[in-house]
Amino acid sequence: MAGAVWVLGEQWRGALADITYELLALGRPVADGLGVPLEVVLLGSGVEHLAGSLGVADRVLCGDAPALAEPIGEVDSRVLAALATERAPAVILVPMTNVSADLLGLLPARLGAALVNFCTDLKTLDGGLEAQCLVFGGKMEVRVVPGGETVVVGVLPGSRSAEEGRSERSPEVEKVPVDPVGSAVRLLAYEDPEAGDVDITQQEVLISVGRGLQGEANLDLAEELAEILGGAVAGSRPAIDMGWLPVTRQVGKSGMQVKPRLYVALGISGAPEHVEGMKGAALIIAVNTDPSAPIFNVAHYGAAADLLEVVPALIDKAKESKR
Amino acid sequence: MKILVLLKMVPDVVEELEVAADGASLDRGFLRLIINERDENALEQALILKERHQGEVVVLAPEAPEVDDVLYTAMARGADRAIKVTGLREGLGSRASAAMLAGTLPGIAGLLPVDLVLTGCQAIDDLDGLVGPLVAAHLGLPYIGIVTGLDVDAGNVARCSREYSGGVRGRFEVDLPAVVGIQGAEKPPRYVPIAKVRAAMAAGGIETVPAVPGEEPGLLETLEMRKPVVAEGAEMIAGEPDEIAARICEILIGRGLL
Repeated sequence: MAGAVWVLGEQWRGALADITYELLALGRPVADGLGVPLEVVLLGSGVEHLAGSLGVADRVLCGDAPALAEPIGEVDSRVLAALATERAPAVILVPMTNVSADLLGLLPARLGAALVNFCTDLKTLDGGLEAQCLVFGGKMEVRVVPGGETVVVGVLPGSRSAEEGRSERSPEVEKVPVDPVGSAVRLLAYEDPEAGDVDITQQEVLISVGRGLQGEANLDLAEELAEILGGAVAGSRPAIDMGWLPVTRQVGKSGMQVKPRLYVALGISGAPEHVEGMKGAALIIAVNTDPSAPIFNVAHYGAAADLLEVVPALIDKAKESKR
Repeated sequence: MKILVLLKMVPDVVEELEVAADGASLDRGFLRLIINERDENALEQALILKERHQGEVVVLAPEAPEVDDVLYTAMARGADRAIKVTGLREGLGSRASAAMLAGTLPGIAGLLPVDLVLTGCQAIDDLDGLVGPLVAAHLGLPYIGIVTGLDVDAGNVARCSREYSGGVRGRFEVDLPAVVGIQGAEKPPRYVPIAKVRAAMAAGGIETVPAVPGEEPGLLETLEMRKPVVAEGAEMIAGEPDEIAARICEILIGRGLL
C-alpha cells in the first residue's frame, strides 16, 4: 500500500502561513483518491499549538526542537528526509515560497525522489498521480506523471483557496523524534524593511512597472500617471533589481501582496512570482508589447502595445477628462 | 578565494514559444536561448567578491546554442576561466543535468576544491529539479538559496542576505565551502563594451570538457505541453496608442476611478 500524503506546514516567525491550508485543500482529495491518510509535518520550536487549525488533515506529525525554531532548508531537509525514509510517504507537498524554497530543492536530492515543480494542480488517476505545472515563466503548461515511491511536489501559491483547507477540528498530533544536528547554515537575524516609504499595500491605485519600462528615465511617465489617478508607483522584480524602485515597492513573491481597486501593469510579463502578489486586484489593466505575455491571462483588460506610446496618450486623455 | 559559477541557457520567453510535434516539449527550431537571468546575477556577485578579496572566478556551462557568446561575455566582464561541458543531450531535465555536472566537476584539471559555488537559485525550466541544491547534495556541500548578496569573513565563513516576503531579509552565516543560490547580486550585472567581448572571442580560451555520464534515473514523464488554457483572459483593446488610451479612460471613468 502506498504511503501517506504529506503537507509541509509552513511555519515562519511563529505563525503558520496561509499556503499550508491551500496545500491541505489540494492534498485532501489526493489522499482520498489514493486511499491513504493526509498528514501535516510541522517543524519548529514550541509549535504544537499551531496544529489546532489543521483539522482537514488526519494527523499532524510534530517535530519540535530549539534547532528547528526558524525554517532553514539545510536543517529541515535533513530532518524531513530522515522521517520520509522511515515512513515512505507517497507525496510530500511543499509550498513554492521563499521560506520553503531551499527545503524544496534539497529534499528530493537527499531522498533520491522525483520533484514536480511549479505545480498548480495534482490529481489521482487509476491509482497513480498526474500533476499540472506552469513552466517558462507561465508561458507553457505541462501535464506530468512522476515515478518512484515518493514524489516531492513544489506547489505554486494560489493553487487552491486557503478557506477550503481550514478547519477548527483538532487533529491527532503525533510527536516525532528529531535528531538535533549542527548546521553549516545559521540564521543570525531577520531584518524588516525600513519604514518611511509609501506603503503600496494601502494604495487604492497602483501603477506598476516592469522590464518593459526600459530605463529609469521613463519612470516619470509612471509617476505622472499615478499622480493623476491618485495612486503610487510599484514594480515587478526587474524594476527593483535594476535599481529603478526601492524594494518597498516590489509586488510579488519576495515583495508585497497587494489588492488595490486598480492595478495598471506596464511592461510586466506576468511571471507566476509576480501574479501571486497582485491577482487579487479589483481591476487589472495590462499594457505589454508581447501579445502572448501571461499577464493577459490575469488582467481584465489588456493592450498589446508599447507602454512608452500608450502612457503619454493616457496621461493627456486623463488630464482632459479631469478638466 | 576561488569561486565556481554555474551558468545555463534557458528559452527567452520574450519570444513566442511553440510546442514541438511530440506535443510534450518545446519546438527547439525557433527557440532563442539566453542566459538564465539569476545565473547572470550569480556571476555578477562572484565578480564583486573577486574585486573585494582577489581570487579566481571560473564560469562553467553545459553546451547549448549561443553559450559561447555567454562564456566570452563572462570573460570580458572579468571571469578568469570558462569551461563548456559537452555531451549533455538537448532538452535534458535540470535533475539529470545537475547530476552530470556534479559528476564531471571532480575530473576537471585544477578546478576543485573551490570556496564557493554560485548559481541562480531557480530557472524557468526547473521542472524536475533545482541545480544548486542538487549539485550541493552531490558534492556534500551545504546550500542556501534566494540570496541577494554575500561577503566572506576572515576564516571560512560567508555572510549572506536571504529574501523572504514583504521585503524581509534574513542575515545568515554559512560555513565554506558551500553552494549558494543567487536571486540577485548587490548590483545589477555590469555593462561590458562589445569591443571587449570581441577581444575575448578573438583570444579564444573556452575549455571544452566532455560530461561524465550520470546515473540519475528519469523520474518525470511529460504527457503534454500546451499554452495555458485561460478560463477568462483579458478583453484585448486594439488600435493605435491614442485609441487604446481613450478606451482605458472610458473604463476608468466607468469604474469611478477617474
